[in-house]
Amino acid sequence: MHLILFILFAGFCLGGAINLLLQSHPISSALSLIVVMTSLAVLYLLLGAEFLAIAQIIVYAGAIMVLFTFVVMLLNAGREDRTMGSRTARSVGFPAVVVIVGVIATVILRAQGLGMAGLQDGITSTEDLSRILFTELLLPFEVTSVLILIAILGAVALARNDGERKPGQ
Amino acid sequence: MSSLLTQEVPVSWYLLLSAVLFSLGVIGFLIKRNLITVFMSIELMLNGVNLSFVTFAHQWHAVKGQIFVFFVMMVAAAEAAVGLAIIIAVFRARATLAVDRIDRMRL
Repeated sequence: MHLILFILFAGFCLGGAINLLLQSHPISSALSLIVVMTSLAVLYLLLGAEFLAIAQIIVYAGAIMVLFTFVVMLLNAGREDRTMGSRTARSVGFPAVVVIVGVIATVILRAQGLGMAGLQDGITSTEDLSRILFTELLLPFEVTSVLILIAILGAVALARNDGERKPGQ
Repeated sequence: MSSLLTQEVPVSWYLLLSAVLFSLGVIGFLIKRNLITVFMSIELMLNGVNLSFVTFAHQWHAVKGQIFVFFVMMVAAAEAAVGLAIIIAVFRARATLAVDRIDRMRL
Protein backbone atom coordinates (compact mmCIF):
# COMPACT_ATOMS: atom_id res chain seq x y z
CA MET A 1 0.00 0.00 0.00
CA HIS A 2 2.81 2.35 0.94
CA LEU A 3 4.63 1.41 -2.26
CA ILE A 4 1.56 2.01 -4.41
CA LEU A 5 0.83 5.37 -2.78
CA PHE A 6 4.48 6.40 -3.02
CA ILE A 7 4.75 5.56 -6.72
CA LEU A 8 1.43 7.24 -7.49
CA PHE A 9 2.14 10.49 -5.70
CA ALA A 10 5.85 10.63 -6.55
CA GLY A 11 4.69 10.33 -10.15
CA PHE A 12 2.20 13.20 -9.70
CA CYS A 13 4.95 15.19 -8.05
CA LEU A 14 7.49 14.69 -10.85
CA GLY A 15 4.84 15.14 -13.53
CA GLY A 16 3.73 18.42 -11.99
CA ALA A 17 7.31 19.66 -11.68
CA ILE A 18 8.13 18.77 -15.30
CA ASN A 19 4.85 20.34 -16.46
CA LEU A 20 5.83 23.50 -14.57
CA LEU A 21 8.95 23.68 -16.74
CA LEU A 22 7.14 22.89 -20.01
CA GLN A 23 4.17 25.24 -19.73
CA SER A 24 4.72 28.67 -21.17
CA HIS A 25 1.81 30.38 -19.44
CA PRO A 26 2.42 31.35 -15.80
CA ILE A 27 -1.05 30.31 -14.66
CA SER A 28 -0.50 26.76 -15.97
CA SER A 29 2.83 26.67 -14.13
CA ALA A 30 1.11 27.82 -10.92
CA LEU A 31 -1.54 25.11 -11.22
CA SER A 32 1.12 22.42 -11.78
CA LEU A 33 2.96 23.72 -8.70
CA ILE A 34 -0.25 23.21 -6.71
CA VAL A 35 -0.30 19.58 -7.91
CA VAL A 36 3.32 19.18 -6.76
CA MET A 37 2.59 20.63 -3.32
CA THR A 38 -0.56 18.61 -2.75
CA SER A 39 1.17 15.34 -3.67
CA LEU A 40 4.06 16.31 -1.39
CA ALA A 41 1.51 16.64 1.41
CA VAL A 42 0.48 13.01 0.82
CA LEU A 43 4.15 11.96 0.87
CA TYR A 44 4.60 13.79 4.20
CA LEU A 45 1.62 11.86 5.53
CA LEU A 46 3.21 8.60 4.36
CA LEU A 47 6.34 9.58 6.29
CA GLY A 48 4.27 10.14 9.42
CA ALA A 49 4.30 13.93 9.48
CA GLU A 50 0.59 14.63 9.94
CA PHE A 51 0.91 18.24 11.03
CA LEU A 52 3.23 19.11 8.15
CA ALA A 53 0.92 17.45 5.64
CA ILE A 54 -1.95 19.69 6.71
CA ALA A 55 0.32 22.75 6.98
CA GLN A 56 1.63 22.01 3.49
CA ILE A 57 -1.90 22.07 2.07
CA ILE A 58 -3.04 25.11 4.05
CA VAL A 59 0.12 27.25 3.83
CA TYR A 60 1.70 26.19 0.53
CA ALA A 61 -1.09 24.92 -1.70
CA GLY A 62 -3.53 27.33 -0.08
CA ALA A 63 -2.03 30.64 0.95
CA ILE A 64 1.18 30.91 -1.07
CA MET A 65 -0.21 29.57 -4.33
CA VAL A 66 -3.34 31.73 -4.06
CA LEU A 67 -0.97 34.68 -3.69
CA PHE A 68 0.89 33.52 -6.82
CA THR A 69 -2.23 33.06 -8.95
CA PHE A 70 -3.56 36.36 -7.64
CA VAL A 71 -0.41 38.19 -8.76
CA VAL A 72 -0.39 36.39 -12.13
CA MET A 73 -3.96 37.51 -12.76
CA LEU A 74 -3.43 40.99 -11.34
CA LEU A 75 -0.46 41.66 -13.62
CA ASN A 76 -2.23 39.91 -16.53
CA ALA A 77 0.95 37.96 -17.27
CA GLY A 78 0.82 36.48 -20.73
CA ARG A 79 2.87 33.82 -22.45
CA GLU A 80 6.57 34.13 -21.90
CA ASP A 81 8.80 34.51 -24.92
CA ARG A 82 11.04 31.49 -24.82
CA THR A 83 14.75 32.20 -25.08
CA MET A 84 17.45 29.80 -24.10
CA GLY A 85 18.79 31.99 -21.32
CA SER A 86 22.21 33.47 -20.98
CA ARG A 87 25.40 31.81 -22.17
CA THR A 88 26.58 31.47 -18.58
CA ALA A 89 23.41 29.62 -17.63
CA ARG A 90 23.83 27.23 -20.55
CA SER A 91 27.53 26.55 -20.17
CA VAL A 92 27.81 26.46 -16.37
CA GLY A 93 24.28 25.96 -15.05
CA PHE A 94 23.17 22.78 -16.77
CA PRO A 95 26.44 20.84 -16.27
CA ALA A 96 26.33 21.97 -12.62
CA VAL A 97 22.78 20.60 -12.27
CA VAL A 98 23.84 17.27 -13.77
CA VAL A 99 26.85 17.11 -11.43
CA ILE A 100 24.73 17.98 -8.37
CA VAL A 101 22.15 15.29 -9.14
CA GLY A 102 24.89 12.76 -9.89
CA VAL A 103 26.74 13.44 -6.65
CA ILE A 104 23.58 13.40 -4.51
CA ALA A 105 22.30 10.20 -6.14
CA THR A 106 25.66 8.49 -5.68
CA VAL A 107 25.87 9.49 -2.02
CA ILE A 108 22.30 8.38 -1.33
CA LEU A 109 22.56 5.07 -3.15
CA ARG A 110 25.89 4.21 -1.48
CA ALA A 111 24.77 5.27 2.00
CA GLN A 112 24.53 2.51 4.56
CA GLY A 113 21.96 2.33 7.32
CA LEU A 114 19.10 4.04 5.53
CA GLY A 115 16.03 2.11 6.53
CA MET A 116 12.65 1.46 5.04
CA ALA A 117 9.47 3.46 5.42
CA GLY A 118 6.20 1.64 5.91
CA LEU A 119 2.65 2.38 6.90
CA GLN A 120 3.09 0.63 10.25
CA ASP A 121 5.77 3.09 11.40
CA GLY A 122 3.26 5.31 13.12
CA ILE A 123 2.95 9.04 12.92
CA THR A 124 4.49 11.91 14.82
CA SER A 125 1.55 13.40 16.61
CA THR A 126 0.91 17.12 16.57
CA GLU A 127 1.07 16.97 20.36
CA ASP A 128 4.70 15.79 20.37
CA LEU A 129 5.64 18.36 17.79
CA SER A 130 3.99 21.27 19.55
CA ARG A 131 5.41 20.26 22.93
CA ILE A 132 8.93 20.76 21.58
CA LEU A 133 7.95 23.79 19.53
CA PHE A 134 6.41 25.67 22.44
CA THR A 135 8.92 24.75 25.14
CA GLU A 136 12.38 24.15 23.77
CA LEU A 137 12.07 26.17 20.57
CA LEU A 138 9.83 28.95 21.85
CA LEU A 139 12.34 31.72 21.11
CA PRO A 140 12.82 30.82 17.40
CA PHE A 141 9.04 30.54 17.09
CA GLU A 142 8.50 34.03 18.48
CA VAL A 143 11.34 35.43 16.34
CA THR A 144 9.65 33.93 13.27
CA SER A 145 6.38 35.63 14.16
CA VAL A 146 8.24 38.96 14.26
CA LEU A 147 9.78 38.07 10.89
CA ILE A 148 6.32 37.48 9.42
CA LEU A 149 5.14 40.82 10.79
CA ILE A 150 8.12 42.61 9.21
CA ALA A 151 7.48 40.77 5.93
CA ILE A 152 3.85 41.94 5.92
CA LEU A 153 4.92 45.53 6.57
CA GLY A 154 7.55 45.25 3.83
CA ALA A 155 5.05 43.80 1.36
CA VAL A 156 2.57 46.60 2.04
CA ALA A 157 5.28 49.25 1.77
CA LEU A 158 6.61 47.79 -1.50
CA ALA A 159 3.28 47.19 -3.21
CA ARG A 160 1.67 50.47 -2.16
CA ASN A 161 1.00 52.83 -5.03
CA ASP A 162 2.29 56.26 -4.17
CA GLY A 163 0.38 57.85 -6.99
CA GLU A 164 3.47 59.83 -7.98
CA ARG A 165 5.50 57.30 -9.91
CA LYS A 166 4.42 56.74 -13.46
CA PRO A 167 4.98 53.48 -15.35
CA GLY A 168 8.18 53.41 -17.35
CA GLN A 169 10.25 55.52 -14.99
CA MET B 1 -2.30 -9.11 -1.54
CA SER B 2 -1.16 -8.94 2.06
CA SER B 3 2.44 -8.56 0.90
CA LEU B 4 1.33 -5.69 -1.31
CA LEU B 5 -0.35 -4.03 1.67
CA THR B 6 2.70 -4.25 3.90
CA GLN B 7 5.21 -3.40 1.20
CA GLU B 8 7.78 -0.88 2.39
CA VAL B 9 9.59 1.82 0.46
CA PRO B 10 13.34 2.45 0.89
CA VAL B 11 14.02 5.82 2.46
CA SER B 12 16.56 6.48 -0.30
CA TRP B 13 13.74 6.70 -2.86
CA TYR B 14 12.30 9.67 -0.99
CA LEU B 15 15.74 11.27 -0.91
CA LEU B 16 16.19 10.71 -4.64
CA LEU B 17 12.77 12.24 -5.31
CA SER B 18 13.77 15.24 -3.23
CA ALA B 19 17.06 15.63 -5.14
CA VAL B 20 15.23 15.41 -8.49
CA LEU B 21 12.64 18.00 -7.37
CA PHE B 22 15.43 20.33 -6.27
CA SER B 23 17.28 20.00 -9.58
CA LEU B 24 14.06 20.50 -11.56
CA GLY B 25 13.70 23.72 -9.58
CA VAL B 26 17.25 24.74 -10.54
CA ILE B 27 16.57 23.97 -14.21
CA GLY B 28 13.35 25.99 -14.06
CA PHE B 29 15.27 28.86 -12.50
CA LEU B 30 17.68 28.74 -15.44
CA ILE B 31 15.30 28.28 -18.40
CA LYS B 32 12.24 30.26 -17.32
CA ARG B 33 12.04 33.81 -18.65
CA ASN B 34 9.09 35.05 -16.63
CA LEU B 35 9.79 36.64 -13.25
CA ILE B 36 6.83 34.91 -11.56
CA THR B 37 7.73 31.47 -12.94
CA VAL B 38 11.35 31.94 -11.83
CA PHE B 39 9.97 32.62 -8.35
CA MET B 40 7.84 29.46 -8.55
CA SER B 41 10.98 27.46 -9.36
CA ILE B 42 12.51 28.75 -6.12
CA GLU B 43 9.43 27.48 -4.24
CA LEU B 44 9.91 24.12 -5.98
CA MET B 45 13.51 23.97 -4.70
CA LEU B 46 12.33 24.78 -1.16
CA ASN B 47 9.78 21.97 -1.38
CA GLY B 48 12.40 19.50 -2.55
CA VAL B 49 14.61 20.31 0.44
CA ASN B 50 11.60 20.10 2.79
CA LEU B 51 10.92 16.57 1.59
CA SER B 52 14.41 15.45 2.51
CA PHE B 53 14.06 17.08 5.96
CA VAL B 54 10.86 15.13 6.58
CA THR B 55 12.49 11.95 5.28
CA PHE B 56 15.44 12.27 7.64
CA ALA B 57 13.11 13.14 10.51
CA HIS B 58 11.35 9.85 9.80
CA GLN B 59 14.63 7.97 9.46
CA TRP B 60 16.14 9.15 12.76
CA HIS B 61 12.82 9.52 14.63
CA ALA B 62 13.69 13.16 15.24
CA VAL B 63 10.80 15.58 15.68
CA LYS B 64 13.09 18.57 15.26
CA GLY B 65 13.49 17.82 11.56
CA GLN B 66 9.76 18.35 11.13
CA ILE B 67 9.90 21.55 13.16
CA PHE B 68 12.63 22.79 10.83
CA VAL B 69 10.28 22.21 7.89
CA PHE B 70 7.63 24.19 9.75
CA PHE B 71 10.05 27.11 10.05
CA VAL B 72 10.99 26.81 6.39
CA MET B 73 7.29 27.03 5.50
CA MET B 74 6.85 30.17 7.59
CA VAL B 75 9.91 31.83 6.07
CA ALA B 76 8.74 30.78 2.60
CA ALA B 77 5.39 32.46 3.27
CA ALA B 78 7.16 35.66 4.30
CA GLU B 79 9.45 35.39 1.29
CA ALA B 80 6.52 34.89 -1.08
CA ALA B 81 4.73 37.96 0.28
CA VAL B 82 7.79 40.20 -0.05
CA GLY B 83 8.90 38.69 -3.37
CA LEU B 84 5.51 39.10 -5.01
CA ALA B 85 5.32 42.69 -3.72
CA ILE B 86 8.71 43.32 -5.33
CA ILE B 87 7.44 41.75 -8.57
CA ILE B 88 4.42 44.08 -8.51
CA ALA B 89 6.72 47.07 -7.92
CA VAL B 90 9.02 45.98 -10.77
CA PHE B 91 6.05 45.52 -13.11
CA ARG B 92 4.77 48.97 -12.18
CA ALA B 93 8.15 50.53 -12.91
CA ARG B 94 9.15 48.61 -16.05
CA ALA B 95 5.79 47.35 -17.42
CA THR B 96 7.29 43.93 -18.15
CA LEU B 97 7.87 40.62 -16.41
CA ALA B 98 10.49 39.23 -18.81
CA VAL B 99 13.75 38.79 -16.94
CA ASP B 100 15.71 39.52 -20.12
CA ARG B 101 14.36 43.04 -20.18
CA ILE B 102 14.91 43.78 -16.49
CA ASP B 103 18.66 44.16 -16.91
CA ARG B 104 19.56 47.59 -15.62
CA MET B 105 22.05 46.14 -13.11
CA ARG B 106 23.70 43.97 -15.75
CA LEU B 107 27.45 44.39 -16.21
